Amino acid sequence: MTSLAKQLARDWFGGLGRGTLLCRDIAVSLMKVKPVWRDVVYQMYFIGVKSQMVVIITGMFTGMVLCAQTYFQFHRVKMESATLAVVSVAMGSELGPVLTGLMVAGRVGAAIAAQIGTMKVTEQIDALRTLAAHPVDYLVVPRFLAMVLTMPLLTAESIALGIGAAYLVASFLLGINQADAWHQMVRHTDDLDILRGMIKTFIFGLIIAVVSCYKGLTCNQGAVGVGLATTEAVVYSSITILITNFFLTMFLNTLLQ
Amino acid sequence: MIEVRQLRKSFGDVRVLNGVDFSIEKGQAVTIIGVSGGGKSILLKLLIGLITPDAGEIFIDGQNITRMDERELLKVRRKFGMLFQSAALFDSLTVEDNVNFLLRREGRTTPAEMARRVGEVLELVGLEGTQKKMPAELSGGMRKRVGLARAVVYRPEIVLYDEPTTGLDPIAADSIDQLISRVVDKFKVTSIAVTHDMRSAGRISRRILMLHEGRIYADQSPEDIFKSNDPVIHRFVNGIADPIGKTSLV
Repeated sequence: MTSLAKQLARDWFGGLGRGTLLCRDIAVSLMKVKPVWRDVVYQMYFIGVKSQMVVIITGMFTGMVLCAQTYFQFHRVKMESATLAVVSVAMGSELGPVLTGLMVAGRVGAAIAAQIGTMKVTEQIDALRTLAAHPVDYLVVPRFLAMVLTMPLLTAESIALGIGAAYLVASFLLGINQADAWHQMVRHTDDLDILRGMIKTFIFGLIIAVVSCYKGLTCNQGAVGVGLATTEAVVYSSITILITNFFLTMFLNTLLQ
Repeated sequence: MIEVRQLRKSFGDVRVLNGVDFSIEKGQAVTIIGVSGGGKSILLKLLIGLITPDAGEIFIDGQNITRMDERELLKVRRKFGMLFQSAALFDSLTVEDNVNFLLRREGRTTPAEMARRVGEVLELVGLEGTQKKMPAELSGGMRKRVGLARAVVYRPEIVLYDEPTTGLDPIAADSIDQLISRVVDKFKVTSIAVTHDMRSAGRISRRILMLHEGRIYADQSPEDIFKSNDPVIHRFVNGIADPIGKTSLV
């Protein structure tokens, strides 16, 4: 049991160290090597455009269900007009960034880990290195830049659609007074709520890119190795997002008041 | 010139290389032979800095590459071309983009010049007109030829071949051997091949190094290796296994 604990601790700290070295390599690459913007734009297309359906459905239905559930509770105490305000604050600072992060981790994080992992097991990454290309410059940095640039846009879209869908549900299904609900929403939603959400989503993008690229680059041999790397990329990205979200909420609420 | 001194490499408890020493002059065509799993491919990857040794030194034109970080190694690797056992073509790129990968990344060659050089090397390997094909559309032998074209298009000084004929039928293997010889003659490169195919070793090189028990066991011409009475060399060259239960070559 002790040796198993030692092994787990060694693996965990080893992984943390290698992840930190990858972050250092990304920082060095960003400072020293000019990114290939054609690759960054392609990755932005892959991450942003190809994630539209997932982000739209997640944002809209989360806003709709949140609106309905809030209304059912608030209706009992005659506070229906505050429904959209709750939806807007929750979507802007918590649900928008977190759910977009989780969906992108599932769709894009898995794809990144699988692409890089397959390249690793088929010696394509070694081939890159023999052709004087650093894998971090060629594979990681374009995905990293694309992810941190695209995630805030996707999250903003998700928040806007969530609030829009909630407004439609509130107006046409639940019969809430439109003008009153809108007024309350604008009154209680602060710019800082949205700013907190945008800061969070930027950090979530960074987490997904680093974890997924790391899992791909350190993938073990064979189909099993690629499968495991893909699963771990999604699981570790999602867990890290959820844990980080709590600390970011506490920190940002203190910092941005 | 390549100089290797007391190179050691282990994986876990398994010591793969245990003090390898040799040097290769510029323009030489050398083959490294030895049993499967004996560390030949590891030695090749050490020479180009894809993995780091546990001990020992590797000098490429006087530069000790064992003390370099990855970014310094990138400059040294510009001198190398490498043909992988699996060809390792980038499967999301066309043949043309695979072959001109380094030229495109460097950005110093005009598109017209790149197209001309890609056409020239593809013609050299007998695959003219395949520029727009994807690697998945090619056979194993064709992939190796594209891999060879990619390894020589930017005129490296040293070309490494990892098991160039493994997995190919005898005719495809012969054509790869002829191509390797043609590359050596045309570009005057230093050529280092790793193989356990003795026919191929005799055809593509003028010097053979035999790796045995983690060390260079023999360093002779192909003719001397084929005529050798040394039991280890004789058994390997003629493919004679130990009786089952006795000590193996490894």
